[in-house]
Amino acid sequence: MPSYVITEKCDGCKGQDRTACMYICPNDLMVLDMDGSAGYGEMKAYNRDPQMCWECMCCVKLCPQQAMDVRGYADFVPLGASATPLRGTEDIMWTVKFREGSVKRFKFTTRTTPEGSADPLGGFSAHDDINNQALATEPASLGLDAVTTPN
Amino acid sequence: MANFETVEVNTDLLIIGGGFSACGAATEAAHWAKKNGLKIALVDKAAMDRSGAVAMGLSAINQYVGLKDGENTVEDYVRYVRQDLMGISREDLVYNIARHVDSSVHLFEKWGLNIWLDEDGKYVHEGRWQLMINGESYKILIAEAAKNALAEAGGEIYERIFIVGPLMDGNKCVGAVGFSIRENQFYVFKAKAVFIGAGGAVHVFRPRSVGEGFGRSWYPPFNSGTSAYFTLQAGAEMTCQEVRFIPVRFKDGYGPVGAWFLLFKARAISAEGGEYMVVRKEELNNWAPYGLAKPIPANLRNYLGMLDIDSGLGPLYMETDEAIQKIASEFKDDPKAFKKKMKELESEAWEDFLDMTISQAILWASMNVKPEEKHSEIAACEPYFIGSHSGASGAWVSGPEDMDTPYKWGYANMTTADGLFAAGDASGASSHKFSSGSHAEGRIAGKAAIKYIIEKGTEPNVDAAQVEKLKTEILAPLDLYETHKGETTDPEINVNYIMPRQFLHRLQKIMDEYAGGVTAAFKTSKALLERGLELMGLLKEDSDKQAAGDLHDLMRLWENTQRMWIAESHIRTMLFREETRWPGYYFRADTPKMDEDNWKCFANCRWDPNTGEWEMMKKDIWTMPGV
Repeated sequence: MPSYVITEKCDGCKGQDRTACMYICPNDLMVLDMDGSAGYGEMKAYNRDPQMCWECMCCVKLCPQQAMDVRGYADFVPLGASATPLRGTEDIMWTVKFREGSVKRFKFTTRTTPEGSADPLGGFSAHDDINNQALATEPASLGLDAVTTPN
Repeated sequence: MANFETVEVNTDLLIIGGGFSACGAATEAAHWAKKNGLKIALVDKAAMDRSGAVAMGLSAINQYVGLKDGENTVEDYVRYVRQDLMGISREDLVYNIARHVDSSVHLFEKWGLNIWLDEDGKYVHEGRWQLMINGESYKILIAEAAKNALAEAGGEIYERIFIVGPLMDGNKCVGAVGFSIRENQFYVFKAKAVFIGAGGAVHVFRPRSVGEGFGRSWYPPFNSGTSAYFTLQAGAEMTCQEVRFIPVRFKDGYGPVGAWFLLFKARAISAEGGEYMVVRKEELNNWAPYGLAKPIPANLRNYLGMLDIDSGLGPLYMETDEAIQKIASEFKDDPKAFKKKMKELESEAWEDFLDMTISQAILWASMNVKPEEKHSEIAACEPYFIGSHSGASGAWVSGPEDMDTPYKWGYANMTTADGLFAAGDASGASSHKFSSGSHAEGRIAGKAAIKYIIEKGTEPNVDAAQVEKLKTEILAPLDLYETHKGETTDPEINVNYIMPRQFLHRLQKIMDEYAGGVTAAFKTSKALLERGLELMGLLKEDSDKQAAGDLHDLMRLWENTQRMWIAESHIRTMLFREETRWPGYYFRADTPKMDEDNWKCFANCRWDPNTGEWEMMKKDIWTMPGV
C-alpha cells in the first residue's frame, strides 16, 4: 500500500479534529478513524484509497510523530526497499534502503530563506501603471531595463 | 437529503485553483487589487502548501529564457515551441509568456528557491532552457508568496472546497459553484471576473498500472480536467483538444529523463543495442520540415522509440551507467577526484528523483539499481492532457494587447467567455510553459483580470434558480446512494447506480481501446473514434446515475464527469483533424500522414450550453513576422 500509518507511532495528532496528514494530502486520501469504527484503530489515521496515492509523501514529510512511510506499489515494486524523508526548516535528509540491505543517505537544500518570509514583490520595486505591459515588479525583476517588445 | 447549508462568497476576482498558475495570478492580482480597492478570493480543493502537480517538488525549472544574460531571445523560444508542436502554436501567447517568465524565476529565487550555481555564480543549465534546482519545497515557496500577497491585499483563501463548474449570465462568467469536502456545505462564489487555473487531466485513459500502481500516474491523479470542464461548460472556445501528451519516462516509476538526456547526455537504446534516434533517422524525413530541424520534436523522438517497440525490439533502456562512467572518466587518472566526482553524480542522480518522483527512487532501491552500474528501462506512458508541458490542450484565449494578431477580442488571457480568464494547463496552444511559465502566465492573466474589473466590472447577475438547480444536481448522488444502498448486501453493487471508481474504469476502457490509449499503442481511426463516441454517449446517459456515500466520493464523482467531458472533446477533435501530425502522441491509422495543405491550422471546438451541440472549427495559424 502506497502511504501507510504505523499503528504504534500514530497518535491521531493528539486528539485534534484534523490530522496533519489530512490537512496536507493533495488528493484528500487521509482520514482519522476517531472512534475506531472504521476498523483502523481508535484515533489512528489511514489512507482511504491507496489506488489513488501518488506517493508524493507530503503526509510522510509532515507527520509530527514520523508515523508514516510509503511501501512501493504492489503492482511492480519488489519488497524490501524504502526512501524515508526527514524534513527540516531548510533541508531534507533521505535514507534510502536497498532491497539487498545497503543504505544511502542524502541531504538536499530545500530553501534559502526563513519559513514564512516570502515577500511577494521579492524586494523589487513595483509600479502602478496597469496599462503597461510590465507586470508589477518588472522590468527590475526581469533584470532588464524594459520588457521586451516585438520588433 | 442531508441538509447542506449554502455558503455564498461575494468577491471581485475569483481565482479557482491553487497551483502554479493560480499562485501566479494571486501574487500579481493582489498588487493591483490593493491599489484599486478590490477583493480577491482563491479556492483550492486541497491545501495550497502542496496542492497541484508540484506537490512533491521538481528537480528542474524547464522554462528560463535568460534574457538578462543575452543567452537567448524571446523569438528563439517562439521558434522552439513552433518546432516542437509541429507548427501548431499560438506564437503571440508563447511570446508573451517567454518575455515574462524570467521574472517569475528571479522571484522564486528571492522567495527561497535554491537554483544550482556554478563556480562563477551563474545558473547551472540542464539544457538550453532548463535550470537545475533543489526543488523539494518549490510549491511551498510559491504558495507562501501567494498567501502573503493575498493576506496583504485582504484576500480570502478557501481550501478543501471542490469547484464543479461555472455560473453564467449569458456569455459572461459570474462565478462558480462547488462544495466543501469537509463539511456539508454547498458553495456559491459570485465575482466580477473569474480566473481558472485548476490543472490538466489525468486518468482519462486507462493507465499502464491498474492495481495500486493506478496512483502512479506521471502527472498527478488529482488533476481531473476541472479547468477544461469549466471552460467547456461556460461555452468558451477550446483549442488543441486533440493534442494529448505521451511522456517517455523511466518505466512504471515514471521518473524524469530530462537530466539524463540533457545534463548527463545518456543514450536511449533498444534491447539489441541500437540507438533508435540514430537507427530510425530516415523516418524523420516523412515529417518534414519539423523532422529535419533541431531540436527534434518530442513526439517524433517518442515515435522513433515506438517503432522499435512495434518491431519487437523492446525493452528500451536509458544507458545511465555509460553516461556516468563517461563523465567520471575525465578524472580516471586521479582516484581521489574520480571518487569525488562519482559521489557528486550519484547525489545528483538520486536528487533528481527524490525532489520530484520519489517512487522512482523507491523502485531503483527495490531493484538494487545503482545508475552508475546498471541501466534502466524507459517506456511511453499513458496519455495526459497538459497544456503547460508538451501537450497543448486548453481554452482559446485572447492574446497580448501590444501584438498585432487576429487573436484579440479582449484582455490578455481572457477566454471567449466574458470575464473568464485562463492560464497554465487551462489555457491552450501555448505549450512549453512548465512551472515557471505557468506562473508567469498566471501573473499575466491575474493583472489582466483586475484591469477588466476596473474597466468593465459589474455586479454579478446570478440567477437564483440556476443556483438551486445546480445545487440539486450536484448533491443528488448522495441521495441516490442513501435511497438504494440497502437493497443489496453489498452497497457497491446495485442496479440503480454506479460508484465513482467503477464509472472511471468504464471511461478509461473506452478511451484506451477506441481513442488511442496504451493497449492500442496510441493508434486510432475514424471508425474507432466514432464507435468510442457511441459508447461515450451511453456513458454520458449513465453519468447522472453515479452515486456517492460521502463528500470524498462526491468529489471523485464530479471529477469523473469532468474527465468525461474532456474525453469527449478529445475524441471529437481527433475525428475532426483528418491527418496524423503528432505520431508519437497519437496515430490515425486511416489518415497516417501529415497534411500540411489542409491541416496546418488549429482544430478548435466549442460546446453550446444553449443547444447542447458541439461546433468544430479550423482557425488560422499566425506566424510572427521575421521569426
